[in-house]
Amino acid sequence: MNGKDVTFLEDTFKKFYFEHFDLLHVPDDPNQREFGYQKFNGGMNRHISLKSDKELHLLLMQNKPSDVYCSNARYMFPNLPMSEKDWQNAELIFDIDAKDLRKEHPKNNTLIKCSECNEISELGESCPKCNSTKLSFTTLTCDDCIKSTKDEVLKLNKILIDDLGINEENIKIFFSGNEGFHIYVHKSEYESVGSRERAELSDYIMFRGGIPETFGFRKFNTNKSSLPKFDDVGWNGRLAKHLFQTKSNRSKISQEILSGGYALFQKKLENFRDSIGIKIDPNVTQDIHRIFRLPGSINSKSGLTKIFVEDLKKFDPYTDACFIDDEEIEVAANCPIEFSLKKKKFGPFNNEQVSVPKFAAVYMMCKGVASCV
Amino acid sequence: MIAIFKLSWYTIVMVNLGNDEIVKYPFLTEAGKYLNDLGFSLEQFGTDPDLKKIVDNAFERIITSSEGRIFKSDPSSNNSALPLEIFSFLIAVILLKLSGMNTLIRRFSLAEARRAEKFLEKDLMNHQDITKAKLSLQILQELFSVTVEKIDEEFTILVSDYLKHSINFHEREWKLINRKVTNGKVHLTPHETVRLVRKELDRHIYTKINSSSTPEMIIGFETYVDKLKQLAKKFEVKTVESKEFPPCIKHAIEVLEKGENLPHSGRFLLATFLLNKGQTVEQIAPLFKNAPDYNPKVTIYQLNQLSGISGTTEYKSPSCEKVKSQNLCFPVPACDTIINPLQFGRKRV
Ligand code: SF4
Ligand SMILES: [Zn+2]
Ligand SMILES: [Zn+2]
Repeated sequence: MNGKDVTFLEDTFKKFYFEHFDLLHVPDDPNQREFGYQKFNGGMNRHISLKSDKELHLLLMQNKPSDVYCSNARYMFPNLPMSEKDWQNAELIFDIDAKDLRKEHPKNNTLIKCSECNEISELGESCPKCNSTKLSFTTLTCDDCIKSTKDEVLKLNKILIDDLGINEENIKIFFSGNEGFHIYVHKSEYESVGSRERAELSDYIMFRGGIPETFGFRKFNTNKSSLPKFDDVGWNGRLAKHLFQTKSNRSKISQEILSGGYALFQKKLENFRDSIGIKIDPNVTQDIHRIFRLPGSINSKSGLTKIFVEDLKKFDPYTDACFIDDEEIEVAANCPIEFSLKKKKFGPFNNEQVSVPKFAAVYMMCKGVASCV
Repeated sequence: MIAIFKLSWYTIVMVNLGNDEIVKYPFLTEAGKYLNDLGFSLEQFGTDPDLKKIVDNAFERIITSSEGRIFKSDPSSNNSALPLEIFSFLIAVILLKLSGMNTLIRRFSLAEARRAEKFLEKDLMNHQDITKAKLSLQILQELFSVTVEKIDEEFTILVSDYLKHSINFHEREWKLINRKVTNGKVHLTPHETVRLVRKELDRHIYTKINSSSTPEMIIGFETYVDKLKQLAKKFEVKTVESKEFPPCIKHAIEVLEKGENLPHSGRFLLATFLLNKGQTVEQIAPLFKNAPDYNPKVTIYQLNQLSGISGTTEYKSPSCEKVKSQNLCFPVPACDTIINPLQFGRKRV
């Protein structure tokens, strides 16, 4: 990113922070958390300890960060190197991101950047200018992706509550600031469990590693009655609903499953991962030393804010998480596809100088498709 | 009778722990105190010909365990005036301490754990005698911090407690997904409940024996102790590491040498493996130079991340199971007995 753009974004972010200190808080037990931040074009600064909202606000004003992070873990000595921090516990966190839900890049919302010649174009197999296939993909706003991500969050919450016994009030959903959600579980008995235990929880939630016996299919002597039933708890019940759709189908489909044999059922179970497993990012859940984007801070991949979601159904990230003002500014935009923010459509822009509200300008600059003039 | 036994940081008082309970769980007692309470001294066992049989039994009990077998209870022996089996356990511990042979203590703890396991399971299922079921629940709670609830024929424990123990198992049926899970609880049979704490039970007995004090040599015990020292020599193992890499690592290196693309998981495996084997970042980095997307700076940075120099996490090599799931495993017979590529080629001689 060029210097002029950096200065512009730094100042814009700083202004946002200055005007929205109310959105930025240190979490519970701030003195046990590790904080970190990044600057535009800069590396990560970690192992920072902050004791109050005041210290946090000061850091934002002094360092003009592009991104701000905070650990879900509590440590005795959060500002020491990792091996000396003395890990105590950590809230359970799940990350559901649109990129993990998509099977392919959505045509209307993806643009490609050529790593050879920097050309930006609509989605395609190769660079239209130099034919290179070294491409990076950038997705712009997409309501469908947000919709399916939300559905996934709801499915996750149901498992957290019904299976894992988590109190609904302790589940807090945050929009990640780009195209996903972070689900925080507070005050649960899971805070004390380590990384391997969390990996097991991920496998459970993702429906990974299930064996036929678990679903009543033994190698010998299996009969229909032992296969999953509609009213079973946990994965048995969910699998039954997926397999049979309606109760009346159970008998017929069970018979088919049995005649298919053990090995086939085993194979099928693996495939069900894709259809019924919840698509969380397992690495996020099992890494107990990670620092996460701080709620209330801006995500420099989009210029949108990571924000608490009160009512998931009604939540519209492209309006509710877009806090930059709408002062018109001029930018050089090279954005071959359309996107929409605050219910307004923008683009496509073909290497042209355009006047757009600041929030749209920031969005495009963060996505790497516009520059200050 | 009130038996008091001490754990590392708390004391449990089990009221009315009768002899028939101690026979099953003799490790719950404090050896010296137990004998004292009954008016016995250790010296008597070395000299009193009537008590010699007990020392013989104790010795047998150790031998049996060293062969990987479980000492069989003889119910009739406990009906006699003296609690023979409790004595034989306690004296066995004394003999082991006097011999100082760690391998024997390990084998003994394991066998005794298996023995106790059987009783625990039976007691859990005991519907007639509620106090028996209660004692077993109490043992699980106080020794292993596992709160087991009994609902009809089923037992449930908190998912978080379950995970802390089950992650040590590698069989698939212990994966949480293969359990009935509801409302934050995992449902288990009595057998599974006890099986879950097997390792911890073993460790508990082992540390208890290890941390108990060693008495002075007792006259009359010398021959037994010498025999145990001889026996222990049989079990001494030395391990050597062969220089050969496991197939998954060889494969990863080959792919890189051919200049083909190795997926991120493969690079992670290779790098963590070599780092764990003590190679330095500088030694490993060149391996990646043929990769299609090689960038020396990035590679060094990433390797530093893995090795922990940059201060995030020190990464362990992924397990064989993990490697398998990433389609990077190409097992050979020597892979059969290992669960992590790092163990490959570690042989007993
Ligand atoms: S079994 Fe383990 S060591 Fe052997 S090839 Fe597979 S992953 Fe590597
Ligand atoms: Zn190009
Ligand atoms: Zn989409």
